[in-house]
Amino acid sequence: MNAEAAWRLHPQVSIRPEPFGALLYHFGTRKLSFLKDRLLLAVVEQLGTAPSATAACDAAGVPEPDRPRYLAALATLADSHMIERDSR
Amino acid sequence: MTLLTEAPAARSMRLVDHFERGLDAPICLTWELTYACNLSCVHCLSSSGRRDPRELTTEECKAVIDELERMQVFYVNIGGGEPTVRSDFWELLDYATAHHVGVKFSTNGVKIDADAAARLAANDYVDVQISLDGATPEVNDAIRGPRSYETAMRAMQNLSEAGMKNFKLSVVCTRTNIGQLDEFKAIADRYGAQLRLTRLRPSGRGADVWDELHPTQEQQRKLYEWLVAHGDQVLTGDSFFHLSAYGQALPGLNLCGAGRVVCLIDPIGDVYACPFAIHDEFLAGSVRDPGGFADVWRESALFTRLRQPQSGGACSSCQFFDTCKGGCMAAKFFTGLPLDGPDPECVQGYGEEALAKRKDDGGGIPRPSVDRSHRTSPPRPRTGMGPVRLTLSRREDITAAPTSACDESPLAGFAPESIGADRRHQEGSLTDPV
Repeated sequence: MNAEAAWRLHPQVSIRPEPFGALLYHFGTRKLSFLKDRLLLAVVEQLGTAPSATAACDAAGVPEPDRPRYLAALATLADSHMIERDSR
Repeated sequence: MTLLTEAPAARSMRLVDHFERGLDAPICLTWELTYACNLSCVHCLSSSGRRDPRELTTEECKAVIDELERMQVFYVNIGGGEPTVRSDFWELLDYATAHHVGVKFSTNGVKIDADAAARLAANDYVDVQISLDGATPEVNDAIRGPRSYETAMRAMQNLSEAGMKNFKLSVVCTRTNIGQLDEFKAIADRYGAQLRLTRLRPSGRGADVWDELHPTQEQQRKLYEWLVAHGDQVLTGDSFFHLSAYGQALPGLNLCGAGRVVCLIDPIGDVYACPFAIHDEFLAGSVRDPGGFADVWRESALFTRLRQPQSGGACSSCQFFDTCKGGCMAAKFFTGLPLDGPDPECVQGYGEEALAKRKDDGGGIPRPSVDRSHRTSPPRPRTGMGPVRLTLSRREDITAAPTSACDESPLAGFAPESIGADRRHQEGSLTDPV
């Protein structure tokens, strides 16, 4: 995953915040995914406007030492097509 | 449902722990749109056949969809009956998908002609499940009725020709078809469909045939091995989590989602905890209640209770309890087993023991609260005197026919004993009419 590129939520993905994080449902692949904390949800929500995945982490307030974990979570989301490269 | 857990390392609760406490809205729900059906499958979960005159109107259905949109329910599993026989089916389908509520619907294929297939293929938010319970006409039609195999095959052909990708071929696993799993897979592959296997439940008319049709222990083992081998290519609707006690947990949530992450809305708007338990015991409320569906989901006493930590009862000392969770609530209920004990198909054999004990007690086994079966079918073994023998002859006490119809009193021969009404009453009740 290119953390310096711009990413966005896949247009066929619906996201529902939950007290523990969020649920994501992809209408194309019909897969359900689960975000385990609100901070990760905030990162995903920042993707659409941030110039890069790294910038989205910063904008959501991810502490620098934790960034690799959050980028790894985004990479998993990218693997399952929940998020995709944004050619803005 | 396929589940991918992706998040930073889990430190606190596991996913299933969150789900066991219930979500603010269901992930998805089953919505039986109508009890009307052109078929009379012997194992029908909802005892469908005849339409209920109190069915939700088009406007009421749209109001439910609006509410599901507000609650961000991802999709509804529409079933029945045969949902496509509702004249407003396509209108409701378009309405739901336009309002961000995805639709997955189950059909026997009767209305899936080339036009319908093209329409479905063009909508990204619709998924179709074609039901088939035998990989050959003989096995299928014995369960689903004459020519239902042909109907399903034609529907799949139409969907495939219309370019519909990855629709589902949905199979209820029974004693007669477990040997055909590879053939089912081949049929699905032929039409570009995905195979979905679900469990036979003793719900609705399924209760009448469960003893003869539910897989044997040996077949369960085969099924489990087949599922492990084919893992992610086959969907199960999380049906078989009780088989996890064979060892490896199967893909999916592996928990009973009743009232926690799923529920059922029936054709008249009643909300039940589980798609397999249309019984007063699991009735939480109605979408026609003042607070609507959201209120039932969030406030009903039944759902609140189901979200409390459940006791494992007799199962808690079993080493497999953590993977199988005691199995399926509906399967236990409709076989007369205690809800906190083993599943009737417990792979450790505790279910069979419990069933045997139950027979000793002779206790009443609950019957479904609703039966909309066709009055004449499914064909059940008939007992009694056999055909009525008639002899036609002339009545000797009548010397001549009336000169005109008006010469006889219109009430002649009327006996104030309404046999017709009595019979209707009997047929609409819960016991088998024949």
